[in-house]
Amino acid sequence: MAEAIARRTLIPPYLLSAPALLLYCALLLTPMLMTFLLSFNSFDLYTGIKPDYSLANYLEVIQDKYFHVIFLRTFGMALVVTLICALLGAPEAYILNRMANPWKSLFLLAVLGPLLISVVVRTLGWALLFGKEGAINMTLMGLGLVDEPVKLIFTSTGVVIALVHVLVPFMVISVWASLQKLDPATERAGLSLGASQFTVLRRVVVPQVMPGVLSGSLIVFALTASAFATPAILGGRRLKVVATTAYDEYLNTLNWPLGAAIAILLLAANVIIITSYNRVIEKKYAEAFG
Amino acid sequence: MSKNGPIALIFHTAFIVFMLAPLVVVCLVAFTSKGYISMPTEGFSLRWFRAILENPDFIDAFLMSLYLAIVSASIALAISVPASLAIARHRFPGRAAFTAFFLSPLMIPHVVLGVSFLRFFTEVGLSGTFVGLALSHVIIIMPYALRLVLASVTGLSRDAESAAVSLGASNWTVFRRITLPLIVPGIAGGWVLAFITSFDELTMTVFVASPSTITLPVRMYNHITETIDPLIASLSAALIFVTVIFMVILDRLYGLDKLLVGRGT
Repeated sequence: MAEAIARRTLIPPYLLSAPALLLYCALLLTPMLMTFLLSFNSFDLYTGIKPDYSLANYLEVIQDKYFHVIFLRTFGMALVVTLICALLGAPEAYILNRMANPWKSLFLLAVLGPLLISVVVRTLGWALLFGKEGAINMTLMGLGLVDEPVKLIFTSTGVVIALVHVLVPFMVISVWASLQKLDPATERAGLSLGASQFTVLRRVVVPQVMPGVLSGSLIVFALTASAFATPAILGGRRLKVVATTAYDEYLNTLNWPLGAAIAILLLAANVIIITSYNRVIEKKYAEAFG
Repeated sequence: MSKNGPIALIFHTAFIVFMLAPLVVVCLVAFTSKGYISMPTEGFSLRWFRAILENPDFIDAFLMSLYLAIVSASIALAISVPASLAIARHRFPGRAAFTAFFLSPLMIPHVVLGVSFLRFFTEVGLSGTFVGLALSHVIIIMPYALRLVLASVTGLSRDAESAAVSLGASNWTVFRRITLPLIVPGIAGGWVLAFITSFDELTMTVFVASPSTITLPVRMYNHITETIDPLIASLSAALIFVTVIFMVILDRLYGLDKLLVGRGT
C-alpha cells in the first residue's frame, strides 16, 4: 500500500488541474479583467474607444433616469418571477412527489424536459400564444371574459409569464431534491397524533423543504436578472432590461465602455445579492439548528 | 403515502397545461398549410417542414451548432477528467479555491461573459473565428461537465486501483484500464449535458458569433426579431421532436432530475 501511495503522488494535483487552470486564466480571468478596465475608458462617436481612465461611465448609469428605470425593471421583474415560481413550483414538486409511478416519472419529465429545449423555442411558443388571434385571447373572448384582445406581447406581464415558464423547472427540481430527503414517517406521525392535513403541511413539510425553496429562489432570481432572449423577443425595444441594454450598447450604439460598465454593474449586483442572501440564510439556519 | 386531493389535482393539471401549452402551440402551427401563423384547421401539411430543407441558412447554422457542441463538449471533458481526479483524489492547498474557480462561470451572467469574450477576441485577433467561439463555449459548459465527472470520481472505490498498482501497473495503465472505464457513465452524462448546453446557448454566442460562424439559436433569434412565420415554427417543432427523443434516452439512463439539479441557462 505504501508503494501505491508513493506511486500516486507521482502525478501532483497541480499538474492534473493545470490544463483547466491555464484555460480559465487565459479565457475567463483575462477577458473579465479587460472588460473591467474597458468600463473606465471613454468613447467618442468619431474616434472610438479612448484609453483614458475615469468613472464617467458609472456616473452616467448611476445618474441617468433612463438607466434607473432599466435596472429597477430588471430586478423588480426578477423579484416577481421568483415569488411566482416559489408559489407555483413548490406545491407542484410536493404534488409530484406524492404521485405513484408511472405518473410520477412521466409528469416529472413533462416539467423538467422543457429545460433541455432552447429558450428561443420556448419564448416563440409564448409569442404565438400572446398574439391578438393567439390561443389565450381566443379562449378569453370565447368564454366572454373580455370583449377585446388583451395586450400581452410587449408588456411586462407577458415577459413575466414567459420567464416563469422558462425558470419554474429550477424551483421544482430544487424543492424536489429536498423532498427526497424528507422522511414520510414524520408526516404520518403528525397525522396519527391528530394534526390536520393542513397543520402537517405547515408545521412538518414546509419547514423541511424551505432550504430547497430558498436555493431554488436564488437560482431563479439570478437567472431572471440576467435573462436576455425572453425579454428581447417578448419585450421588444421599449421594454428594455439590463442584458438587452448591454447588448444594444455593444452591437448597435457601439459604445463598448458604457456597455462594459452596465455589464460590470449587473455582475456586481448579482454577486452582492447572491452572497448576502446566502449569508442571511446561513445565519437563520444556524440559529434554528444551533 | 397519502393521495393528492381534488384541489391538488386541479392545480397539477393547470401547471402541466402551462408547461406544455407553448410547446404544443409551436408544434401545431408548424403543420399549418397557410402562408401565415395559424392553426392547422384545414388539415395537416408538411409544407413548412419541406421549407426548412430549402433554406440553406438554417441548415448551415444547424450543422455549425452541431459541430461546435461536439468540439466544445469534447474539449471540456478532456480538461474536466484530470481536474476532477485532482480535486477528488488529493488534498492540496488551494483545492477549495480551484473548485470554486472552475464552477464560477455558473455565477456570471452570460451577457457579461459575452461582452468580455467579444472584447478579448477582438484584442487577440480571434474575433469571428471558430476557435474563439469553441473556446468561449468550453468555458460556459465546463462547470456542467466537471460536476458530473467529479460526482463519479468521488463515489469510486480505490480497491481495484490499489490492486493494479501493487501488481506493478504504471500510473497510465491504471488510469486507462481501471479508472477510466469506471467513470465512463459520469463522462458520458457530462458530455451530453455539455453538448446540450452548448447547442442551446444564445446569450453569450450572440456577441461572439460572426456571419461565418453563426449558430442555430442565434440564427433563429435574428429571424424572430424580424418576423415570426410558420417557417420558424416548423424549425422549432423539429428541434422539440429531436430534444424529446434525447430526453427520454437521458431519463432512462440517468434520471433527468439527477442530471439537471442546478443547471443554469
